Amino acid sequence: MTEEETITKKQASKKPKEVVIAIKGLEKSFGDNQVLKNISLELDKGENLVILGRSGSGKSVTIECIVGLLQPDAGSVKVFGEEVAGLTEKALKDLRLRIGFLFQSGALYDSMTVRENMEFPLTRVLKIKDQGEIDKRVAAVLEAVGLSDAVDKMPSDLSGGMRKRAGLARTLVVDPEIMLYDEPTTGLDPITSREISELIISIQKRNKTSSIIITHDLECARIASDRVLILTDGQFSKEGTYDELLKSKDKNVASYFNIS
Amino acid sequence: MAEEIIIPGYKRWLVSIGDQVGFLMGFFRNLFAGGFEWSEFVRQCYEIGYRSILLVGITSFIMGVVLILQLRPTMVAFGEASMLPKTLAVSFVREIGPVIIGIICAGKIASSIGAELGSMKVTEQLDAMEVSGANAVQYLVVPRILATSIMLPVLAILGDLIGLFGGFLALNLRDVISFKLYFTKVIASLDFSDLLPALVKTIFFGFAIGFVGCYKGFTSNRGTESVGIAANTAVVTASLWIFIIDAIAVQITSLLFY
Repeated sequence: MTEEETITKKQASKKPKEVVIAIKGLEKSFGDNQVLKNISLELDKGENLVILGRSGSGKSVTIECIVGLLQPDAGSVKVFGEEVAGLTEKALKDLRLRIGFLFQSGALYDSMTVRENMEFPLTRVLKIKDQGEIDKRVAAVLEAVGLSDAVDKMPSDLSGGMRKRAGLARTLVVDPEIMLYDEPTTGLDPITSREISELIISIQKRNKTSSIIITHDLECARIASDRVLILTDGQFSKEGTYDELLKSKDKNVASYFNIS
Repeated sequence: MAEEIIIPGYKRWLVSIGDQVGFLMGFFRNLFAGGFEWSEFVRQCYEIGYRSILLVGITSFIMGVVLILQLRPTMVAFGEASMLPKTLAVSFVREIGPVIIGIICAGKIASSIGAELGSMKVTEQLDAMEVSGANAVQYLVVPRILATSIMLPVLAILGDLIGLFGGFLALNLRDVISFKLYFTKVIASLDFSDLLPALVKTIFFGFAIGFVGCYKGFTSNRGTESVGIAANTAVVTASLWIFIIDAIAVQITSLLFY
């Protein structure tokens, strides 16, 4: 390796990471109940960040603030450098096109078949009129999540795991750059949970997405995370890789990992 | 998830009024924004109109029969039995038909829309639509409100005809009157000032039913209980609006035609 190549490689390794989501001092209350207390986080491009926390700790509220479903009481939420709270309706819509959100229940439109669910964002949001292009995209995304055979089924005919996969497919069909997963494995059996967790990893690799995964499933965190944040009572109490946190002597952290 | 603001007392009422005005403006903005959902509109016309025909038909038929049976003894006592077709036609077409059909549709359609959209809210489907960048108002609200506004007059016309036919059958239980003579008398007793205001007010009834159903569904809270509450309050509010619109319509009709 020449000296020049060595310098170039060193410069490349020093290249600052691109932050796609930056939250600073976020606070959110519902009445007297303060759910988020001055939290901050950064999501790097291509990273899978898992937020672990107990039910009611404010995990879902955090990602709902990111997509503008909830307005923060204080603090800043920037996505791709844009302050979400200050966006116009049109700009927010454009931003949401770059973000995929997998809801806990899958949130499939239950009056539509799986195919119609997939076509909905393509025809209504991306305004694609070419049926050939639509069919191609739907087939590709359903194949990616292993649901090609369920294309004409109604959501009520799908199992919990299939609903999650279909919800994921509908999110992926518009090629988002960021994925937000709200409890992706909740209510699923261990085998299906593992499949979904592995699907999250394969999506990260194939689509080069950056993801925030909200969960209290340790197995999902182990498989899918590059970094883990623990949210306790509306504040991030610990940060690290899964293995680092697993070895932590901190009592609060250990309690999450069921280590006494 | 829509913002859940906890506000005490009378301020909640004012916030609700503001919300409804905002929702109404959102409807009109999206109505003229382009990209009208024709397929959803046709589907809603089918769901709202076609699927209500049986209920509206049975109710109207019974009302026509009952009115004739109730009116007949009094009219006979006054020696005015020949006026029964006219009395029924004017009262049914002007007032009883539209209001009864409006109330029936408020019970069936407003509750159905409120429950459907409420359950979409509970199961995060509305949030999913919003987060995907799709326009939930354009897809869900505009076709429903337009469909109710258009199908209510159609149902009212149908209900009027069935109610008048019920009156004809009831009249023939005691008296003998030919179909032709009965409907000749009915048509002769009705004029423009009876038909037009009745038809126009059913458009407003339909608008109120669609608007209230959509608003209650969209603004329902989380939890399965809220679906029931959305359906229930949609019926009560839509029914109330029908009487209010009817009262206003009568005043305007009186000023314009009588």
